[in-house]
Amino acid sequence: MTKILRKPNLVLTALFIFLLQPSLFAKSDEGHEGAVDTKDEVGEYILHHIKDAHDFHLFSYTDSHGERKHVGFPLPVIVWSSKGLTTFMSSKFHHDDSGHYIVEANGTRFVKLHSKIYELDEGATTVSFDEEHHPTNAHKVLDFSITKSVFGILLVGLLMFIWFAGLARQYKKKKIPTGFGRVLEPLVLYVRDEIARPNIGEKRYREFTGYLLTVFFFIWILNLLGLTPLGFNVTGQLAVTAALAIFTLIIYTFKGNKGYWGHMLWMPGVPYLIRPVLAIIEVAGAFLIKPFSLLVRLFANISAGHIVVMSLIAIMVTMKSEMGAVGATSLSFVLSFFITLIEVLVAFLQAYIFTMLSALFIGMAVEEHDHH
Amino acid sequence: MEQLLNDFSPGLFVMQTVLLLGLIFLLVKFAWKPILNSLESREKGIQDALDAAEVAKKEMQNITADSESLLKEARAERESLLKEARELKEKILADAKEEAQKEGDKMIAKAQASIESEKKAAVADIKAQVATLSIDIAEKVIKDELSNKSKQQKLVDDMLGDIKLN
Repeated sequence: MTKILRKPNLVLTALFIFLLQPSLFAKSDEGHEGAVDTKDEVGEYILHHIKDAHDFHLFSYTDSHGERKHVGFPLPVIVWSSKGLTTFMSSKFHHDDSGHYIVEANGTRFVKLHSKIYELDEGATTVSFDEEHHPTNAHKVLDFSITKSVFGILLVGLLMFIWFAGLARQYKKKKIPTGFGRVLEPLVLYVRDEIARPNIGEKRYREFTGYLLTVFFFIWILNLLGLTPLGFNVTGQLAVTAALAIFTLIIYTFKGNKGYWGHMLWMPGVPYLIRPVLAIIEVAGAFLIKPFSLLVRLFANISAGHIVVMSLIAIMVTMKSEMGAVGATSLSFVLSFFITLIEVLVAFLQAYIFTMLSALFIGMAVEEHDHH
Repeated sequence: MEQLLNDFSPGLFVMQTVLLLGLIFLLVKFAWKPILNSLESREKGIQDALDAAEVAKKEMQNITADSESLLKEARAERESLLKEARELKEKILADAKEEAQKEGDKMIAKAQASIESEKKAAVADIKAQVATLSIDIAEKVIKDELSNKSKQQKLVDDMLGDIKLN
């Protein structure tokens, strides 16, 4: 195992080949879905991309028979339905996202609608919709599927483990790492010396550095992965950023010392009448405003980045009639190129800000207060 | 807002929480702890090496100062030794000279004394010989006189004139 782990590139390549091999769902459609030509279709495509997906879609093309082919690989669907835990491969939905295909599994029926899996009510065979296009005879299920985001999380987790456990192993033999470890070491030092140490303080920074390092690299690598054509949007998922923010919230709530709680609930040095008012504000700040600022900032920045980049790429489709193919394509290329460069910066910046603010909040909670 | 809440997937939230928890645990155990430990020990090693270098530098300075003072001392000692030797030499020379002078004086005095005594002896000897000669002459004169009066007279006169302080 360790011998294989020493060749991380090999492992990853093998993983990709393994995942791509079995069922490239080169499956056909009647052509009504997939092609993105009009402004509405572009808008819908972008919003669809921003969401999580149940299969890993790489690209689509129309073959010589006029059939639409989608290339990618399916991911396992794991849902908690009325009949208990149910699993099947997402390829059963045939890349459908409009509730058209109905999957029967474990004695109950499922449809996929706007990247969500619904369970049909007992006896229903097709989905019926109300005026706002909400399904009337189906309900959402708890969805623990290995979605594209979960797949991204697993991939990044594996990458981080291979890289940093490898770096840790290097230190056993030599004082200064070589190869890729030489790139990773300054980043680790950066997080420790520029984020953890100044914000938490010399005394206690050590016990939180592991969390901060994990979060920093997790967010940064996933942000960068989102800029690749693989089209991950993990850090643009509210559920992911919410979980990250709640981790920070839990840490600074449980590690907060007497001084922290004292200052929150019964602020010393102000008139007694104001203290309860301040306490309300402080509690709201600690339990709502701080985690919300963390989760919304990351989610909004990354989602907005994806929307902007994809919209600029879409210029080559939407402006074709006004500017001609060459004009629209060059304008789209120049604009999206520069925005992508900025997004590379944003990818780092958001990881830095999230980690920095987490460190700051933790630092405020464990700070030694002087007795007034 | 409704759209956002609709998009929020509780399942993904659970998966992310579980996976992140696992990732934190694994990385802390297998990566961050050993990495931070070795970074710290390396930093400590560097700090120690720097401190040791500082101490060594100070020691070196001390040693240099010591050796310089030693050199100075040695030089001074050599100076004093040389001076002493020179003085000794001069003293020995002076002593030797004095001794030689004394010895010489003594020898000269002795020589003079011996010359004096030799001289005295010689004078005494001469006196004795003169006396003998005188007697011999007197004898011959007397004998001759006894044979030729005038001639004797003349002889006595001549002789006396010859002998006039030999």
